[in-house]
Amino acid sequence: MAAGARGGEDAGRSGGDVEEYIERNQRKELLRFLTCGSVDDGKSSLIGRLLFEANMIFDDQFEALKDDSVKVGTLGGAVDFALLVDGLAAEREQGITIDVAYRFFKTEKRKFIVADTPGHEQYTRNMVTGASTADLAVILIDARKGVLTQTRRHSYLATLLGIRHIVVAVNKMDLVDYSADIFDKIEREYREFAKTIKLEALTCIPVSAVVGDNVTLRSASTPWYSGPSLLEHLESVAVPDPAEGAPFRMPVQWVNRPNPEFRGFAGLIASGAVRRGDALRVLPSGRTSTVARIFTGEGEARESVAGQSVTLTLADEIDVSRGDVLAAADSPPAVANQFEATVIWMHDDPLLQGRAYLLKIGAATVIATVSPIKYRVNVNTMEHIAAKKLDLNDIGVVVIELSTAIPFEPYQDSRVMGGFILIDRLTYNTVGAGLLHFALRRSQNVHWQALDVNKRSRAVLSHQKPCILWFTGFSGAGKSTIANLVEKQLHADGRHTYLLDGDNVRHGLNKDLGFADQDRVENIRRVAEVARLMVDAGLIVMVSFISPFRSERRMARTLVEAGEFIEVFVDTPLSQAEARDAKGLYKKARRGELKNFTGIDSPYEAPEDPEIRLDTTVLTPEAAASRIIAYMREAGIIGANSAWDI
Amino acid sequence: MSQLDYLQRLEAESIHIFREVIAECEKPVMLYSVGKDSSVMLHLALKAFAPAKPPFPLLQIASGWDFREMLAFRDAISKKHAWELLVHTNEEGARAGVKPWTHGAAYSDIMLTQALRQALDKYGFDAAFGGGRRDEEKSRAKERVFSFRSAQHRWDPKNQRPELWSLYNARKNRGESIRVFPLSNWTELDVWQYIHLQQIPIVPLYFAKPRPVVRRDGRLIMVDDDRLPLGKDDRVQTLSVRFRTLGCYPLTGATMSTAADVPAVIREMLSTKNSEREGRGVDKDGSASMERKKQEGYF
Repeated sequence: MAAGARGGEDAGRSGGDVEEYIERNQRKELLRFLTCGSVDDGKSSLIGRLLFEANMIFDDQFEALKDDSVKVGTLGGAVDFALLVDGLAAEREQGITIDVAYRFFKTEKRKFIVADTPGHEQYTRNMVTGASTADLAVILIDARKGVLTQTRRHSYLATLLGIRHIVVAVNKMDLVDYSADIFDKIEREYREFAKTIKLEALTCIPVSAVVGDNVTLRSASTPWYSGPSLLEHLESVAVPDPAEGAPFRMPVQWVNRPNPEFRGFAGLIASGAVRRGDALRVLPSGRTSTVARIFTGEGEARESVAGQSVTLTLADEIDVSRGDVLAAADSPPAVANQFEATVIWMHDDPLLQGRAYLLKIGAATVIATVSPIKYRVNVNTMEHIAAKKLDLNDIGVVVIELSTAIPFEPYQDSRVMGGFILIDRLTYNTVGAGLLHFALRRSQNVHWQALDVNKRSRAVLSHQKPCILWFTGFSGAGKSTIANLVEKQLHADGRHTYLLDGDNVRHGLNKDLGFADQDRVENIRRVAEVARLMVDAGLIVMVSFISPFRSERRMARTLVEAGEFIEVFVDTPLSQAEARDAKGLYKKARRGELKNFTGIDSPYEAPEDPEIRLDTTVLTPEAAASRIIAYMREAGIIGANSAWDI
Repeated sequence: MSQLDYLQRLEAESIHIFREVIAECEKPVMLYSVGKDSSVMLHLALKAFAPAKPPFPLLQIASGWDFREMLAFRDAISKKHAWELLVHTNEEGARAGVKPWTHGAAYSDIMLTQALRQALDKYGFDAAFGGGRRDEEKSRAKERVFSFRSAQHRWDPKNQRPELWSLYNARKNRGESIRVFPLSNWTELDVWQYIHLQQIPIVPLYFAKPRPVVRRDGRLIMVDDDRLPLGKDDRVQTLSVRFRTLGCYPLTGATMSTAADVPAVIREMLSTKNSEREGRGVDKDGSASMERKKQEGYF
């Protein structure tokens, strides 16, 4: 077959009416599907074959493919369709697919977007990415090998991400003499397994991607198979969109205010439909109004539906901002700030219990903390395993707590209202993805106890401005020595203080914690919370902890008001701290008797922009303490005018 | 699946992308190349922010070898929508006499890639919309919608952020910038159909008409002005030609055609046997060359 006209249709060649062609083509449905399978299962070959047979390959591309097949192909010079889709140069050298690639083709009936994703366990995150937008998954099985661990993993991940339709393509049938027995055996085994993951719709098709059997046309080599070819199935399978029948939901992306008279709320409708005059509820605030006007890019509309990007105006002037959700007033989503969720970890640095991340869901971004991790799922056996952290490609079920309550729906009901990403607060990398299952605590049940005596009134009484002096630095840097001197001075001046010392706290409050990364994170979280309560009580709190990670120090900073957190970097080089070694800890760590010792086999992340930096190679402890007192005077924390201005 | 047809879905997705950038970035700009993809992008931006105007300027990188018709069209569009237009040229390169036929592959690096970096640095833009599509080229098929560039404007294909659902992470570190591709999931044919259905104006070079051309390395190069050096064997012919993609005129091959309006172009496309990049001089050298260029900051 030569690479011929584009589109697999005859409109152009036969001089058919273009207007009619466009009209017909435009009304096609779009099916997004995902292909998964390991390197050797022939996944790229299958997609290459589909593109080729759907006439999506141009002559110049076909010529380049023939050249490439000779140079780097794996079929001894014969046309290697896999090369059409293995994009990045590095991948072609290694002969594997390592990222998600998107392909496009269409037939007489439908238009397709294919997410081509890698199969190895170390690329779980890539597969999850591809599955997040897919309506259907094609899972390849090598007929010679049958159902493998990775087949189960792919199926589990696809259903986890909400894909309800799975096609199992049993490939390389040409290499098993098109044996019906082998196909039947694989199909039986897979159907048995499918029950355990609650797979709803399953179709098994025997194919050969290299030869082309049952890919677009039914093959004469499999007379015992009476079902559709792969393409026939993709063209005809009904994949209803659950968003259509659901109540109206629209996350507000952007508030459009071209002039004082116009205030429009722009977003993509996640589910349901909206009409002029409909009653809407704004979440999380709960305020209600009615739809005044609906703008599409083409002027005003009476009605808009799920999938459209629109701008709405409301009849009343109520507060709505980015991240809020507009919903049908009579069936609004629940609002909560604590959930059970599944998290798929996507970064080399592990997810740690207690560490704060940014969570983006819909158009809202909030601070999220995972605590605790309930268990990790072994993706090969579906076993639940106890875990304190999640490593790259791990999947875990966790409790996630947010700084602010959000409107949500379970992921299985709505990908938009229940799917989220986690962003590292320092590097801003996307480090994880997650699916909300259910709320553990509805926010409407939780109220802050309003107290009459507050931080301000306590501060006035004690003539000081409460704050946290957060001392960070290596073990032996002199943190506690300096903090102690500062406290003595403050006490002598009649200030109310408290010193939280790392060693002392570990004897009591934190005696259940060790020194692994996740324990260090939890250690700091507890201390930061205690320090916050003490600030609320009106105290000047000194925290003397190694606190090696920027991200926890930043978390502690966010717990109190601006200006109440003073980071003091006790900057002593490791060599000097080790030379002093007052407690003999460095020697022990060097001998390997102490694990996870900061500076030896555990990292220290120096502050980038501390309020106070003390270079102990030039300052005595007394001079360092005076420096801090001077800072506190300048900042108005202590001194004649130290009390809050009333 | 939705009751919307697929072009409506693509349109809604692109508009969503535009709005995310405006909501999360400080200083976006739209790279306006004056080509058909840019025209569609511009149309979508107008829709995304209506009834307000798109809150960012247009930026065109003028190499000095642009088709005259493109520059006239560019100015007319900017005027029609009263849309701020920034034009940047690598003046250093121009002064050094860098020309398409004197510097080979370095020409597009100096006059396009470097010029683009200069412009982004000069104005401090932190996000730039581009008309790239994933169906154009193999390495583009793996590029994210929100594609990060280091402070040196480099793309690291092995270190891309995962992009799930329609949740785009626009947070970036100091010095980093984002290229955003709202048309990522459109194909060439989608673009043409959309132009037809929405009656989007495009530069007339896409339509066939008699134009003066010479044959160079098997391609038809239009003699757009008298700067194109002509040897004694060069024969300027007037042929009915049009362009499938547009770049610098001395590097852009025309195709023989009689398609003089959008339906005729679509009819021609449905029976064409070559991809649109075939006419471009810039990515001929080796099939991995586009990926390399992109790592270096080519859009």
